[in-house]
Amino acid sequence: MTDMPLAGPSVPHDGTDAEARPVFVEERRVLGLPVSAWPGIIAPLTIGLFALAAWELIVEWKRVPSYILPGPLLIAKTLVTDWDTLSGALWITLRITFAALVAAVTVGVALAILFTQSKWLEKSLFPYAVILQVTPVVSIAPLIIIWVGDINLSLLICAWLVAFFPILSNTILGLNSADHNLINLFQLYRASRWQTLRHLRLPAALPYFLAGLKISGGLALIGAVVAEFVAGSGGNASGLAYRILESGYQLRIPRMFAALILISLSGIAIFLVTSWIAHLFLRRWHESAIRREN
Amino acid sequence: MTSSAAAAIRETKGRPLVSVRGVSKQFSNGTLAVRGVDLDLADGEFVSLLGPAGCGKSTLLRMIAGLGAPSVGTIEWPTAPHDSRGLAEPDLGFVFQDPTLMPWATALKNVMLPMTLAGVSKPDAEARAAEMLALVGLKGFEASYPRELSGGMKMRVSIARALVTKPKILLMDEPFAALDEITRHKLNDDLLGLWERNRFTAVFVTHSVFESVYLSQRIVVMAARPGRVMADLRVDAAYPRDDLFRTSAEYAHLCRVASETLKKAIAG
Repeated sequence: MTDMPLAGPSVPHDGTDAEARPVFVEERRVLGLPVSAWPGIIAPLTIGLFALAAWELIVEWKRVPSYILPGPLLIAKTLVTDWDTLSGALWITLRITFAALVAAVTVGVALAILFTQSKWLEKSLFPYAVILQVTPVVSIAPLIIIWVGDINLSLLICAWLVAFFPILSNTILGLNSADHNLINLFQLYRASRWQTLRHLRLPAALPYFLAGLKISGGLALIGAVVAEFVAGSGGNASGLAYRILESGYQLRIPRMFAALILISLSGIAIFLVTSWIAHLFLRRWHESAIRREN
Repeated sequence: MTSSAAAAIRETKGRPLVSVRGVSKQFSNGTLAVRGVDLDLADGEFVSLLGPAGCGKSTLLRMIAGLGAPSVGTIEWPTAPHDSRGLAEPDLGFVFQDPTLMPWATALKNVMLPMTLAGVSKPDAEARAAEMLALVGLKGFEASYPRELSGGMKMRVSIARALVTKPKILLMDEPFAALDEITRHKLNDDLLGLWERNRFTAVFVTHSVFESVYLSQRIVVMAARPGRVMADLRVDAAYPRDDLFRTSAEYAHLCRVASETLKKAIAG
């Protein structure tokens, strides 16, 4: 074996190595999704359809008035007939959610990088980030609305307050979790602070940041809706939460349900999008994104 | 015994590449990891640091690399450039016990790292990294991610990364300890091939008598608690060494000598 030239062969010349290489088999796909993914979609869908049918039947059979509990068909009809009002409200809520999430990512990541560059900065400021996080947003929302004046900006601040902490704490954890030997290696090659951040700490933090993003996406929506409830009870809001309040006052319960469904769907969509983003970034290398045969 | 052997090497080889003088290392928890080590490493030699767990061989290696300063004593690089503060900037490569690859980067990107950090242009770095990967037998695996590679292949990438800058000295901290014997033998052979080709100074930390005898020209035997150098053996077998050498009476004899020295060292 030793007289073999070192350069040349496209496979390492020890059979053990080549055999130990994991084999990746491309799975068969139906409608763009791997076959094994379909049961996870079909099973909950079936349960959902059964539940909706049972709901509709009970409402029909017991003749439950629609101001107590509207059936799914009526809700669907309301969703269509009230679409103009509801879609406007949906757009407003989504805009606030999205803006809050972008702000949370920007501020969370920037603060996390700052904190990991200076232990003193982290020690001095992190407790305040915790205080912001543990104070319920409902209790400070009225203050923020009074102080800020502009309703959209105050809603944005409330949603941001709820959303930014998971990104901050996860990113800090990630930035500090780079392999110690790799940090040593960067020292050996006399890498600058910026190079270590760019080539080592940021990539190492990516899975943690993305886990934070998944949580924060949902929280931004919750923050926006909760803040809107507070603002809505003062009569100055126009998002989905406000439509729910308004429908409650006017006993238009089907519309209330329709708005509720739009909030849920938004939450699901946010979750799916953030999960998809995480998958795109991690699928090639991270344990969490790897499907194993055993 | 240690100092006389070191002196002999100094005489024959001229200025050493690294000169370790009276080095001790005490950790903040009070453990005396290394005590009073004198060691000269000559240009181009293959040296093993052999000893039981806890004898400070890894600590010594890391101090030579510049990871952690000695508590007492000096480590000098007479021939290396120095920075403005007078610190040596030796041209070295380091291989850890784990492959220590960046999981988010392909094999090629991992090997490119030292050059990326040194500001080498991307096409140049890519070409050199690809060439180095081919040299360790990984041609065709440039785009593979570390998780797609076996343990032995990851170690090859790690060695390629350490050698891609053509360093004067390659420091290895029990690099093959976690591999199975067949793969380890293969990697030992390939490492010797690379060494004979480029003649860098190699410092190889191991707890395996057989591995140290097979690879090195010189074995520095260390003992634990506190970590210190007990003996400095020469292995006067000719290179290239191969499976024939591995099964020869000469190899068996050398292993016995090294093993007895190690036993004596452990007994104190």
